[in-house]
Amino acid sequence: MYVAVKGGERAIDAAHAWLDRSRRGPVDQPVLDTAQIRDQMGLAVTRVMAEGSLYDPDLAALAIKQACGDLIEAIFLIRAYRTTLPRFGASIPIDTAAMRVKRRVSATFKDAPGGQILGPTFDYTHRLLDFRLMADGELPTEPLAEGDETEPAATPHVLSFLNRDGLIEDAAPDETPPADLTREPMELPADRALRLQALARGDEGFLLGLAYSTQRGYARNHAFVGELRIGMVAVEMDIPELGFAIEIGEIEVTECETVNQFKGSRSEPAQFTRGYGLTFGQTERKALAMALVDRALRWEELGEEDQGAPAQDQEFVLSHCDNIQATGFLEHIKLPHYVDFQAELELVRRLRAGLSDHEEDAA
Amino acid sequence: MSRPETTPDPIRKETLGLLARAPSGRLAQLLPELPEHDLLRAPEIGTVMVRGRAGGTGAPFNLGEKTVTRASVRLPSGMVGHGYVQGRDKGHALRAALIDAMAQQDAEGVEERILAPLRDEEVARRKAIATQAAATRVEFFTLVRGEDE
Repeated sequence: MYVAVKGGERAIDAAHAWLDRSRRGPVDQPVLDTAQIRDQMGLAVTRVMAEGSLYDPDLAALAIKQACGDLIEAIFLIRAYRTTLPRFGASIPIDTAAMRVKRRVSATFKDAPGGQILGPTFDYTHRLLDFRLMADGELPTEPLAEGDETEPAATPHVLSFLNRDGLIEDAAPDETPPADLTREPMELPADRALRLQALARGDEGFLLGLAYSTQRGYARNHAFVGELRIGMVAVEMDIPELGFAIEIGEIEVTECETVNQFKGSRSEPAQFTRGYGLTFGQTERKALAMALVDRALRWEELGEEDQGAPAQDQEFVLSHCDNIQATGFLEHIKLPHYVDFQAELELVRRLRAGLSDHEEDAA
Repeated sequence: MSRPETTPDPIRKETLGLLARAPSGRLAQLLPELPEHDLLRAPEIGTVMVRGRAGGTGAPFNLGEKTVTRASVRLPSGMVGHGYVQGRDKGHALRAALIDAMAQQDAEGVEERILAPLRDEEVARRKAIATQAAATRVEFFTLVRGEDE
């Protein structure tokens, strides 16, 4: 039962004023501006955009600043702001095959047509603290190596080659309009489109843990990274007043396609199956985790056994992957619950009193 | 507003895309003074739901929204222009709509003064990234182990 409390306005104002001052830090330090956060904390910004489910690097940087670097709080701010904006419509689905890639690797084919491009990656670093960054933060003196790319080449999806030979299940074109969980409450069981939307905005840590659980044997499906790519894609939308579609911008996305253990039967030849991850910005851990969880959730349509694993249970995964829902419910328990607790306290006292009466009777 | 779908005008389509992607500050430099116009739709900030496809090519799903700003204008000549641009800069959307209208009456002038520089700069930005990416192109070799002999 919820009972309102009142009072405490002065203390609350003072608490918020202190928060504002502690955000600013010592005044003899230069103030951190949002352009610096946007450009120098880029991976925090993309995480906030991905889980805030709103692509706008400037707003994400502002939210990170306001939240003092608490990314879930920043995601909360973005989700709240998003609800204040009118929606003009939905885009034409983005064409990730036409991505201008800055990173593109395949763990399954070393000679993937279009080549393997490492891009700006933490892979193969030694994970040693670089004290030069603490000293001055200046750029390294050696110039960046330059490749001889004159025309950015098209990079077809790696899995399309497997698909051509029928070795992997097809992702056949389909124009079913997808349900939108930001417009209608999510109903279970959810189809794959709705699941992918929930996973795309789901918490990276939660999905990472679930994906890891599948690797450790809770609904193992033995994923290979067929392809991981990061780059810019155009966003096109039909404009009614023009009568045709135009590009309304371009966004950075990370796409991960996994090649998973096969299905097949006496009548159907064996085929690899797929998991899919797609996220805003450079967010490859998230995209990879999303692909593994997507694949685990597909057990039923692929005719697999329900192993009772958490990653297979869509009610469990989809109801708990949203960090704003989760933190809202979790954190509300620290707010005043005096009346609820009073009732519990009374109950415990009555039970204890009843028990001691009983003991006296027995004696 | 609803009209039968018309054949896209490829030049106008390219222009509007270029304007949508352009840095808003650069557009303000290239068109510092706004020509006389009526607002048909005052600049408005909103979102567009970006869709992806399962497996890259399958059924569409809602990936998340992006911010978009739009505006529509009419020049004294009667020419109407529409701007839909990324982000939340109202000046950007207004200038895009004005340039769209201006380009329909003076294609060459607008091309020379505004669109050509925007296009060249975008090509240069993209090429710089592609060149960087090419420098990280990697060849992996699998090694034959001795005991496989």
